Amino acid sequence: MRIAWLLALALAGCGSTQTQTPKGRTAVPLEPPVALEPGAFVPTALDPPTVLIKNATLLTADPARPRVERGWLRLRDGRIEAIGEGDAPAPGEGEQVFDADGGFVTPGLIDTHSHLGVYPQPGVWAHADGNEMTRPVTAGVRAEEAFWPQDPGIQRAVAGGVTTIQVLPGSGNLIGGRGVVLKLHPRRSARAMRFPGAKDGLKMACGENPKRVYGKGKGQMPMSRMGSLFLMREQWVAARRYARDWAEWEKNPTKKEDGEDVPVTPPKRDLTLETLAAALAGDVLVHIHCYRADEMLLQLKLAEEFGFAVRSFHHAVEAYKIRDVLAAKGVAVSTWADWWGFKVEAYDGIEQNLALITEQGGRGVLHTDSPEGIQRMNQEAAKAYYAGLQSGVKVTEAQALAWITTEPAWALGIADQTGSIEVGKMADVVLWDRHPFSVYATARKVFIDGVLRHDADAPVAPWSDFEVGQ
Amino acid sequence: MSALVTTFAAVVALVGATVHPGDGPALEGATVIVEGDRVTAVGVGLSPPAGATVVDVKGKVITPGLIDAWTGLGAAEVWGVAETVDLDAGGADPVRAAFRVVDALNPRSPTLAIQRAHGVTAVVSAPGGGLIAGQAAAFDLTGRVLRPSVAMAARFGGGEGTSRGEALLRLREVLDDARTYAAKKRDFEGARLRRLAASRLDLEALQPVLRGELPLAITVHRAADIEALLRFAAEQDVRLVIIGGTEAWLVADALAAARVPVVLDPVANLPGDFDRVHARDDAAAKLAAAGVPLALSTFGLHNVRKLRQWAGNAVRAGLPPADALRAVTAGPAAIAGLTDRGRVAPGQIADLVVWSGDPFELSSRAEQVWIAGERTPDGHRQRALFERYRHVPPPY
Repeated sequence: MRIAWLLALALAGCGSTQTQTPKGRTAVPLEPPVALEPGAFVPTALDPPTVLIKNATLLTADPARPRVERGWLRLRDGRIEAIGEGDAPAPGEGEQVFDADGGFVTPGLIDTHSHLGVYPQPGVWAHADGNEMTRPVTAGVRAEEAFWPQDPGIQRAVAGGVTTIQVLPGSGNLIGGRGVVLKLHPRRSARAMRFPGAKDGLKMACGENPKRVYGKGKGQMPMSRMGSLFLMREQWVAARRYARDWAEWEKNPTKKEDGEDVPVTPPKRDLTLETLAAALAGDVLVHIHCYRADEMLLQLKLAEEFGFAVRSFHHAVEAYKIRDVLAAKGVAVSTWADWWGFKVEAYDGIEQNLALITEQGGRGVLHTDSPEGIQRMNQEAAKAYYAGLQSGVKVTEAQALAWITTEPAWALGIADQTGSIEVGKMADVVLWDRHPFSVYATARKVFIDGVLRHDADAPVAPWSDFEVGQ
Repeated sequence: MSALVTTFAAVVALVGATVHPGDGPALEGATVIVEGDRVTAVGVGLSPPAGATVVDVKGKVITPGLIDAWTGLGAAEVWGVAETVDLDAGGADPVRAAFRVVDALNPRSPTLAIQRAHGVTAVVSAPGGGLIAGQAAAFDLTGRVLRPSVAMAARFGGGEGTSRGEALLRLREVLDDARTYAAKKRDFEGARLRRLAASRLDLEALQPVLRGELPLAITVHRAADIEALLRFAAEQDVRLVIIGGTEAWLVADALAAARVPVVLDPVANLPGDFDRVHARDDAAAKLAAAGVPLALSTFGLHNVRKLRQWAGNAVRAGLPPADALRAVTAGPAAIAGLTDRGRVAPGQIADLVVWSGDPFELSSRAEQVWIAGERTPDGHRQRALFERYRHVPPPY
């Protein structure tokens, strides 16, 4: 779960910056432990009411019970407490009742690829904090520390039924930094929005962007794809050594000197390699922006070479060309329904990409990478679904719903917490006025952790201070 | 471009569909008769003329072909490949009125057929860059130029390093000098005039604007800027089209009174910059309700095919469905001066789409796309890639 060796470091420091002082010897000063690890996060207390939703068709995204025709569900203490079919039970004392009136209920939607907050609205230079394009490897920077919680796009995403996002750094760099998984509660800081227990992501990028920014833009490496791979490999080599050095120190934090235990100075902390080492250990999930099939294969080779797992490729418009490989490896494919052609590496995008991946048994994820697209994830999934269906690709409605629910939850490592309507999961639930694959469908109610965060029938003041009093 | 599927019968009868003519109520179980490139009759209970090829479209829906009034289609292929992007005349001079996108069109670009497969039959391709970017062109998605010049494209709004007031001043100066040029052409040719604010070609190209034949289509978003342009257009006695118009809903009554059309992205609800602070979901509905002539646009290139989805979203946000259909057919046709397109009616060019259902619904498909009386092929480059990779590894 945690970054094992970092925790060891934190524990060794006992929450301070010094090791215990063995037998009166001078303490060895350590660099401060990482205070930002997910485990150190205590979510803001919520006091969600008990909610009963009735007369709804439940599209649960739970393969065991994908559709309940006339269903109800009860949310209590931020979790889904009960699901049923037919007449809803009588509401308890103080329970809020929502009659769906034949509408549809789905899990809250999840976007694996968002730049909300780091490229917020208005999109002015002053706000553009998503790409630290001063050197091609900035693995240690954190999207969390660029995130502007006043982005007006956040509330609009929630109005589209989105409850969880991964905010990623941009793709200008080969290794751009850490992404963060957020629940879309209105909050005064990204820290307070963190998805409890979710691992950070590591944003990497291949292809045109890094070589354009550095080679073409600055006349420095990488100028080419081979330069990109070289630099990545250099980093992984260094990260392996770094991880080994820390593992050795953890094993032997002291040495015998004159019969006494003397602290050994730990390796120098390196914020870049620390993140990469965490990725090697699986404590940070690797997300790679990669369009072309051959480049995805190269990254899979690199992953094999150094022993990390690619959790998801992003954009991946050519994933359909290597879907056998991607399905066999269980790598998620986060992509759009129909984006293509804006650059050469996106030239071969086709509308059936997601459907083909799913037909192959792979993990398809509909991502948006867009403050506009994130407001219509249901429509985008529908487009990709119908494109497949109308071309004879074997794909079901439930599988298509999984592209915006359970599969992104898996890609973010939070599938045990959210992404489907199952008893015990987080009460992240959307009530739609009609089937969410209709272009006319509107999210009437959006619950996050059981709290009604969007109510189309009772509009609230803007969340963003920017929009107040304009 | 691959050859059209030729339907050599001179007369075609599409029988049995629900026909949305684009400017009136739907006709259930109607027949559309096409002779040559034009619709000659639309109605319920019409008998196909003798010798007509009868196409059974019972249970289907027919609409006019969709038209996007402001795209980059045909004059650019891959944004990231500068050699394929011909929308910006470039150069230091911000006045490029003589530049015509039509001269840079590539009707064989595979991007065209990809949009056509989703029911788009005609577009305007518009230039960008500078203050006056040049002339937009209209063409159908078989690559046939319909009107080489439909509008003079310009932009107005917040920029860097200069005031928008300065931009208006420059526009005024250029139009004034274009008048001077026209009035004193002999003096100009004899070099007996002061230096004018634009080149000879640009001054010449602006004459149709001064005569009211060609609208000034100005990309602008802030309500105050739109008001400034309304004053400017009245003062200069030129026709105006608002492109973008994120905040146009705030001045909808003034636009309606001046009969100034708006080409709008109906899903642009984000305050993307300080010119668009008042962006909202239902801008299309508000403009239509006020009586502003309206076209919905993707402002796109690769995904102009989203136009029907965009129309559906406008409906979701309150635009009546008939208004939405008009805003992607007859509305943009009128703005682009395509007077014989945009409706299914006798005398109109037969640009038609046969849909499997509600044209805006994501589950519906454009089953047949007819342009100028001929059914266009379904295939395109993406379809070919799909077929090639229908099974992996691919057959090569």
